[in-house]
Amino acid sequence: MSYILEGSTGPWEIVVGLEVHCQVISQSKLFSGASTKFGNDPNSNVSLVDAAMPGMLPVVNAECVRQAVKTGLGLKAKINKESVFARKNYFYADLPQGYQISQFDKPIVGEGTIILDMPDGSTKSVGIERLHLEQDAGKSMHDQDPKYSHIDLNRSGVALMEIVSMPDIRSPEEAGAYLTKLRAIVRYLGTCDGNMNEGSMRCDANVSVRRPGEGFGTRCEIKNVNSIRFVMQAIEIEAKRQIEVIEGGGEIQQETRLYDQRLGETRSMRSKEMAHDYRYFPDPDLLPLVFDDAFVSEIEKELPELPDEKKARFMRENGLSAYDAGVLVAEKEKADYYEVVAKGRDGKLAANWVITNLFGALNKAEVGIAESPVTAENLGKLIDLISNDTISGRIAKDVFEIMIETGGDPEKIVEEKGLKQITDTGAIETAIDEVIAANPDKVEEIRAGKDKMLGWFVGQVMKSTGGKANPGMVNKLLRDKILG
Amino acid sequence: MTDLTKLTLAEARDGLAKGDYTSVELTEAHLKSMDAHRNLNAYITETPEKAMEMAKASDAKRAKGSAGKMEGLPIAVKDLFCTEGVQTTAASHILEGFKPEYESTVTSNLFGNGAVMLGKANLDEFAMGSSNTSSYYGNVVNPWKDKSGKDLVPGGSSGGSAAAVAANMALAATGTDTGGSIRQPASYCGIVGLKPTYGRCSRWGIVAFASSLDQAGPMTKTVRDAAIMLGSMAGHDAKDSTSAPIAVPDFEAALTGDIRGMKIGIPKEYRVDGMPEEISKLWDDGVAMLCDAGAEVVDVTLPHTKYALGTYYIVAPAEASSNLARYDGLRYGQRVMDEGDSLDDMYMKSRAAGFGKEVQRRIMIGTYVLSAGYYDAYYNKALKVRRRIYQDFEGAFGQVDAILTPTAPSAAFAIGENEGDPVKMYLNDVFTVPASLAGLPGLSVPTGLSASGLPLGLQLIGKPFDEETVLRVGGVLEGAANFTAKPAGQEG
Repeated sequence: MSYILEGSTGPWEIVVGLEVHCQVISQSKLFSGASTKFGNDPNSNVSLVDAAMPGMLPVVNAECVRQAVKTGLGLKAKINKESVFARKNYFYADLPQGYQISQFDKPIVGEGTIILDMPDGSTKSVGIERLHLEQDAGKSMHDQDPKYSHIDLNRSGVALMEIVSMPDIRSPEEAGAYLTKLRAIVRYLGTCDGNMNEGSMRCDANVSVRRPGEGFGTRCEIKNVNSIRFVMQAIEIEAKRQIEVIEGGGEIQQETRLYDQRLGETRSMRSKEMAHDYRYFPDPDLLPLVFDDAFVSEIEKELPELPDEKKARFMRENGLSAYDAGVLVAEKEKADYYEVVAKGRDGKLAANWVITNLFGALNKAEVGIAESPVTAENLGKLIDLISNDTISGRIAKDVFEIMIETGGDPEKIVEEKGLKQITDTGAIETAIDEVIAANPDKVEEIRAGKDKMLGWFVGQVMKSTGGKANPGMVNKLLRDKILG
Repeated sequence: MTDLTKLTLAEARDGLAKGDYTSVELTEAHLKSMDAHRNLNAYITETPEKAMEMAKASDAKRAKGSAGKMEGLPIAVKDLFCTEGVQTTAASHILEGFKPEYESTVTSNLFGNGAVMLGKANLDEFAMGSSNTSSYYGNVVNPWKDKSGKDLVPGGSSGGSAAAVAANMALAATGTDTGGSIRQPASYCGIVGLKPTYGRCSRWGIVAFASSLDQAGPMTKTVRDAAIMLGSMAGHDAKDSTSAPIAVPDFEAALTGDIRGMKIGIPKEYRVDGMPEEISKLWDDGVAMLCDAGAEVVDVTLPHTKYALGTYYIVAPAEASSNLARYDGLRYGQRVMDEGDSLDDMYMKSRAAGFGKEVQRRIMIGTYVLSAGYYDAYYNKALKVRRRIYQDFEGAFGQVDAILTPTAPSAAFAIGENEGDPVKMYLNDVFTVPASLAGLPGLSVPTGLSASGLPLGLQLIGKPFDEETVLRVGGVLEGAANFTAKPAGQEG
């Protein structure tokens, strides 16, 4: 099911590679002891190294190295036991050293793979080219003074992991699925919080178009898009722009572009001629970054179960569909919630309740799983009430509504509202007798062979008992009384 | 009382210990000498008040019976070391007025051991030069004069440090050496200069020129003084990732005077075309002295020597072009900006006004050799050659304990000479650069006078972290040469 854009001269395929910057979760910066805490006063988390004072030297933070290795392992990637920090040289006001310490030809992590879970339940594998560690820049603020720009160096020197995909992505949806999955992986690992709106995860998209089956076209890079939705939009809009240019007899110029979500267009930011020559060279202030197998295997031991493994387990152990399992593992908190609900219960029933009812209600209320008014324990109890015939499935839905509103315990709600299922044969028979007595003509119709009318009687009995009668018992007793 | 400024570091140390004089007296004598020799322009910043405070504190400390290894000894600090609260310029206009809030590790070690700071010594701007003529604060004048009577260069880049020690304006001085910046001025000024192994002294707090080459070291009157001072400067520093995590030996104890059976290498590649006769003779004399002391002289080959200077002038400017990017007028130092200027305008104006000609030249060379399309031809190739140069030394040190060469191809020259020809100026470093590229310790010891009466030094190169051998052989050479000549006015 490939994604094709129809141009005026025929079909086009798009080719996308993504470069994602993930801010590493660590107490201090990549090469200094300054805090990484978000939201402090401007220029309060700045060491002499971060401000590039004369004679200051970087010392690598081992915690950031561990986080990068952990992420590499999560991406099933090759860990390079020897890597090299290099300087990327350019001038900017928020780059105090005049260079960014990054990694160039010898990154800490090499090739890996991400499995995308597509909305239709299918999967697709996208290659990871590399992951490298680098320093973040500071922040320029242009709205603080009419004449001058202000610089905040709190972010200067914070560790980033740049994760570069292969050009394996073929549609905006795949790009969205890639980012969703990557975010899930780093969140599972605890190596990045993945919050795109706070800038702790940022995405550059390389987009080109080609005729199906042909070689790669010239690409444009769309810089710094700050939500998954905008990345998807930007890719589609940029691909359409490129098709229009080519079909109009033009050529795509390799360049850096910006996505303007307000105008829904991409704009040229820097042409290839204007591109910086970064003059990368190994940073002579730092020795090559070398670690041994033991360092890697220590980190390997700490790895949590990751989305793909969890998904496979849910399918294997709980009999879930690929789609349901995929939905549940998309966020670690969701998967954890589900596991509490499913523990000792029917896994499929639990998945239905979590996905259809709970996620449905949360989406409607626009809250995340962490803010769910219904605890996993209570949702489990609700399922137990159905399983042990205390309430019917229909009543359960009403109870669930109350739980969403009040956050209450389902057992108490059932108790207080008197919603316990009627399993007393006498009470049900009384209700049946009343309905039969009121509808002799319909009874005759059934006896004449219109079996289907039995359903109508069931409905009437349920109605008269306020839904509390056990539907199985109603069915059986009706059958006995009318067809007996 | 003897002239306290004519003491060696070791003599002053022992005199202080015996109570012959106080640190305050020693310091006052040197401050007086600084006044008398201000014409040499050896200091950019003099810190007499700080010196007196430190001296008083030192005397008090000694009175309590807790004297450090450099207790009470007044020294000059090259103005490339950041000193807390004291202007640190790197001899550049761009850093004029910059007062660090921190103390470099090396000066911190020295002061921790009791040393007293007299002031910040002049140098070539950002340590780029071999003549001290590129300082924004004016050139240093060599205390030595030849027969012409012209003012001579002290060498560079640690020219202020060398002149201060030679003119008895400090008992000793810190220097830094990137391609010869300790050894060459030591040779030009008739003093001892030791560039330790790369990684022996922390680079933290030293204004960076070329990070993979820069190394701090002592500039002193004697080999023993160098041993004492290095012991106080060196040591592992967790703040410098390239600092070596190894213990500091007792360097002074290495001065046994006994080099019998030691093998000294003589690299034939250093006998360059056109080497002045007097340099050649100086070298031969040195060989003879070591032989007389019982060492065995062995011919060694360092085949890649001829590429060393070219390699150095790619690697060092490349690193410098990046290291000096932080001087942008934004956070400290000079900012030149006019109303309505853009950020780029500010960069260009600040850097054009702040950096001198030689610094600008090296930034341009460095930027060029790292540029796309040239990187492999220049920088990458230079790294490969550098590796070969190291391997040459490795091979030689399989056969010998130390290598003896001249320090510089000539004696000090007149100020203004060589100015129009940067390449000729760069040739001053031809004998010192190979050991820098290989990260090896190199010691310059004055062993003779040129025909025009100027000091000349010989260089001893040692194995990595074997400063002890270099110092031991240097001590023997010093004793045999018995170099007692002093600049006019400083005669004992």
